[in-house]
Amino acid sequence: MRPIATTRAATGTETGKLAVWWVLASEVVIFGGLLASYVMFRLGHPEWADAAAVTNTTIGAFNTFVLLSSSLTAVLAHQAAERGDGRKAAMYLYCTIGGAAIFLGVKTYEWWYEISHGYTITSNGFWAFYYTAAGLHAFHVIAGAVIMAFVARDAAKGLELHRVELIGIYWHFVDIVWIFLFPLLYIAK
Amino acid sequence: MVEPAVDLAHGEAHDDHAHHGPQGWLKYLWSTDHKVIAMQYMFTGMFMALVGGFMAYVFRMQLAFPGINVPGFGGVSPGEYNALVTNHGTIMIFWVAMPVLLAAFGNYLIPLMIGADDMVFPKINRLSFQVFFVSTIVILASLFVEGGGFAGAWTAYPPLSADSTYNLTPLGSTLWVIGVGLEFVAFLLGGINFITTLMNSRAPGMRAFDVPIVVWMIVVASILFMLSVGPLLAGAIMLIFDQTIGTGFFNPATGGDPILWQHLFWFFGHPEVYVVLLPAMGVVVEIITTFARKKLFAYRTVIFTIVATGVLSFFVWAHHQFIAGIDPRMANIFTITTLLISVPIAELCFIYIATLYGGSIRLTTPMLWALAFVAEFLIGGVTGIFLGAAGADVYFHDTYFVLAHFHYTFFPIAIIGTFAAFTYWFPKMFGKMMDERLGKIHFWGTIIPFNLIFIPLFVLGMGGQHRRIYNYDQFPDIAGGIFQDMRELATYSLLVMLAFQFVFFYNCFKTARSGPKAPKNPWKANSLEWTTESPPPHGNWHPLRMPVVYRGPYEYSVPDREDDYWPQNDPDGAPLQVVDDDDS
Repeated sequence: MRPIATTRAATGTETGKLAVWWVLASEVVIFGGLLASYVMFRLGHPEWADAAAVTNTTIGAFNTFVLLSSSLTAVLAHQAAERGDGRKAAMYLYCTIGGAAIFLGVKTYEWWYEISHGYTITSNGFWAFYYTAAGLHAFHVIAGAVIMAFVARDAAKGLELHRVELIGIYWHFVDIVWIFLFPLLYIAK
Repeated sequence: MVEPAVDLAHGEAHDDHAHHGPQGWLKYLWSTDHKVIAMQYMFTGMFMALVGGFMAYVFRMQLAFPGINVPGFGGVSPGEYNALVTNHGTIMIFWVAMPVLLAAFGNYLIPLMIGADDMVFPKINRLSFQVFFVSTIVILASLFVEGGGFAGAWTAYPPLSADSTYNLTPLGSTLWVIGVGLEFVAFLLGGINFITTLMNSRAPGMRAFDVPIVVWMIVVASILFMLSVGPLLAGAIMLIFDQTIGTGFFNPATGGDPILWQHLFWFFGHPEVYVVLLPAMGVVVEIITTFARKKLFAYRTVIFTIVATGVLSFFVWAHHQFIAGIDPRMANIFTITTLLISVPIAELCFIYIATLYGGSIRLTTPMLWALAFVAEFLIGGVTGIFLGAAGADVYFHDTYFVLAHFHYTFFPIAIIGTFAAFTYWFPKMFGKMMDERLGKIHFWGTIIPFNLIFIPLFVLGMGGQHRRIYNYDQFPDIAGGIFQDMRELATYSLLVMLAFQFVFFYNCFKTARSGPKAPKNPWKANSLEWTTESPPPHGNWHPLRMPVVYRGPYEYSVPDREDDYWPQNDPDGAPLQVVDDDDS
């Protein structure tokens, strides 16, 4: 049984949504600290551009497209949930999870290619940041996809439909982090 | 050590709810009740305080009497000494100050003071404690692995922390990072709960400026923690990769920079001071208004002041790095911001004094602790000015002056503030009144030795005694004479202070066994937690009789009223609701 506290909304915003925004606030500073460190180092080490030149911008752009598309289906899922259509919402969420799977698959190929050509996490400072930042992001993609699977399972039965929007907000955040990572790690040669 | 004490808190009050969830002691382990979780945090924190205190005892003995066979520990090797000071700092801050002040009192007070039956996310609250408990086990285990506990100082500066050929504790240092990281995750989970609970679950009628100051303080502290800990979590990931995989984030040989860690650490580390300070200052507000029987001076100014402090606290971190080779122009800027941040804190002290002025002051045990907090913290604040000014800090850096300053801030926060809160809310938490005489003996037995420990350390620091030395016999200039006397005085005082803590434990057990039963509102205070039973039942109030709020929490000695207090939920005179005149 939910406590009375959970049912109150003095701010007018549902408690779950408030909490998701605060989670994102704490995540922003985690990635913020990591990326700020990277940018400072990158400015101090022009020679890292040689390492950055090895990354495959085309594949990175494809992954960006996949991830952005998966956000679109997350929005469609929210729209369906608003209408009370749980089955459709679940279907769109599964599409989003599919996008996440493609993203991770492509990522695996990329890493396999780079590692097999000798560019490992210990190679130099650029590669250390490359694998750490992209790895932390991939970890968020995996976590988001797993939670999304639970939300979709409930939504298909018409339960807890408000959670569709909450996981959607989180998914947009994962997306936005990648939008920062892509130019910093791939485009800036 | 958690179960029996929790039992004490929730003895009969829970019997009629026993059919909810698991039975027996499992009920307490898996409870989602915010009060039980608060007790779990509190008793874990107190146990860790004993661990940290024991460490202090061992290395103070070694410092005063180099090479002595410390009773209860044995001889202290240089490596063990390093591990002891490192883990004393880590444990006292992350496993004592944070869990007790922020997590335990936050969990206990927020729902009760805002008139809610629980936190908004009880299961996440439980998860928060469970993660914290695992982190406690990890940090304790790290002391017993091969090579011993982490020995790179609690600030964990690379390369000492990153490379085990320097710190000689390959396992201990990695476990230390994991333990601290898990602990941060636990407080992030708890913090989100605190913030959303205050934002959304206030009792009907309770506006933002009707919330007791201590709740405001705990929530602002949670926000500060949340916004500052991220970069350090990122830094912890980098550090653990440097330790285990062999990346070189902090190693200049591979393009890294050890100073990066100092920035990430202190970007968190300085707001962290305010994360633990604010709850303690909030506790003091509740106590001095209650025992001065007077309205809080300038309620709104307090709120604006702590928000200003919070914002400023993000721009002072490099004052820890004045001798780390930072640009002198940067040192100028950080000197200015550091001196600025003393303004709002001084303002709070003046507000407390203005609140006391003209009140009818009752020197109960909690009031003594609260007044001692203001007095002792003032010394910590004033000595901080020396260290915040880059010119003076170049001399004082890494001496015992820094150490004494630090303890004059953190001891009032973590120990004096905690005892103030503990003795003030003890009747509510456990339903019994503590023994005042024993409480006062414990108070004086703690405060006097505390000053005798750390005043000598100020003098030693000004004399040039460096802080990270295992045995001062190696330095003929400071080995004997007055330096030796000061070190011995500090150590003897510590022994006296530790001995007086037994009075406290005796008082707790005596009260639990035979103390008089506490009424609902023993101190005649206004805030909502005093309107329910002592201890409060599961759900805090009857679900159909949840409190409604009509006024702010500090309406003491209102003219033309029979009682000198006016509970927040008293509908009497409600239509004439207090107008916004808090600042007058």
